Amino acid sequence: MREIRVEDISNEVAKLCIDANYNLGDDIIKEYKRGYEREDNPVAKEVLKILLENAKIAKRDEVPICQDTGIAVVFLELGQDVRVVGGDLYKAINKGVREGYERGYLRKSVVKDPLIDRKNTEDNTPAIIHTEIVPGDKLKINVAPKGFGSENMSQLKMMRPTDGVGGLKEFVLKVVKEAGPNPCPPIVVGVGIGGTVEKAALLAKKSLLRPIGVHNNDDKFKELEEKLLEEVNALDIGPQGLGGITTALAVNIETFPTHIAGLPVVVNINCHVARHKEIVL
Amino acid sequence: MGEIRVTTPLSTEEVRELRAGDRILLSGIIYTGRDAAHKRMIEALDKGEELPFKLEGQGIYYVGPCPAKPGQVIGSAGPTTSYRMDPFAPRLLKEGLKIMIGKGARNQEVIDTMKEEGAVYLAAIGGAAALIAKSIKEAEVIAYKDLGTEAVRKLKVDNLPLICVIDSKGNNLYNREAV
Repeated sequence: MREIRVEDISNEVAKLCIDANYNLGDDIIKEYKRGYEREDNPVAKEVLKILLENAKIAKRDEVPICQDTGIAVVFLELGQDVRVVGGDLYKAINKGVREGYERGYLRKSVVKDPLIDRKNTEDNTPAIIHTEIVPGDKLKINVAPKGFGSENMSQLKMMRPTDGVGGLKEFVLKVVKEAGPNPCPPIVVGVGIGGTVEKAALLAKKSLLRPIGVHNNDDKFKELEEKLLEEVNALDIGPQGLGGITTALAVNIETFPTHIAGLPVVVNINCHVARHKEIVL
Repeated sequence: MGEIRVTTPLSTEEVRELRAGDRILLSGIIYTGRDAAHKRMIEALDKGEELPFKLEGQGIYYVGPCPAKPGQVIGSAGPTTSYRMDPFAPRLLKEGLKIMIGKGARNQEVIDTMKEEGAVYLAAIGGAAALIAKSIKEAEVIAYKDLGTEAVRKLKVDNLPLICVIDSKGNNLYNREAV
């Protein structure tokens, strides 16, 4: 068994929280530039130019790209030959989030009781932690701070098994249309298909971790991703909803087997500040 | 598309000159307020209490900023999604609020009240929070300190870059077929 110390996990999580919030991925920046070149709409061009400038300032000044530094969604892939030593794994993750959000001057956006008191926990914990046990002796940690302007625009639909590709496309386009300017387009559209209610939601969320340009392994779904992206970008929502052809940077589909009676679909939207940073320990 | 320099406070006449599609550089004093602060302001009005600031001619920016780093006036400070303030906005507009700054769609009741009272809805670029913070020259919490990032702040802004999305005639840049 390979040992990994909880202190190391906390330290890495703290660094990932800060890195994800200050430094936008190169894949996203490349897409802003591509959008800027492709847009004829002057407002769309101007918005994308501002987003590029903003990303540059955030990186240079080491400040958050967006003030909504998110709830920290943490994906773990824990090798089954790893032994976590020195404490509790989830406490270590939350300690890392607490330290990262404090040290990085990131906004604390988590309330403890979601319904009645809604009192801020003041340290952005707890994180939302998803753990997968995998073969091997490594621990992969992916921190994806998730803003709620886009999270709020996500939707679930328990479709009929016979709704097929047409029904799926109709639903995805409806969600993007209804979201309109609200989730800060250009967006990344995560689509989870199959499984159960919670499985579909997790698939959709997890699909948002993909770098732009990486498609579903299955050619059928890769094609569907490309087709949906084209149709989403034909909706003329555009950057910030002010018109244009850059409504989404990607449509990412993840699937899982499901029940004969069902076809769960979750569309989870990410804003243009599509943040995720990972490390393998 | 004109670029118009606007300084707060605004009279109804000044507001009526702004058009959907105008690019605006806003200077002067504005106040921050989002969900929790709006709820408290409406509760205060219901009880006949004073609001943290006089609404007449003023603007509210829907923002919950990041903490300021040493040497900063304010942390990153982009707009939050405005529809969540829709249940509260008409009441504030009737009390004299002239400018709402946020991002995203508004409901018909808000737009109708804007038309009646003469108010504008200006969009800041969502997610451009590091850049926007550079236009904020002073920031001071003036009420509801316990709300942390959601407290009401008085901001002094200098050429804050905005786009007039919904004007006082109800023209709506998000609804482009109708403009």
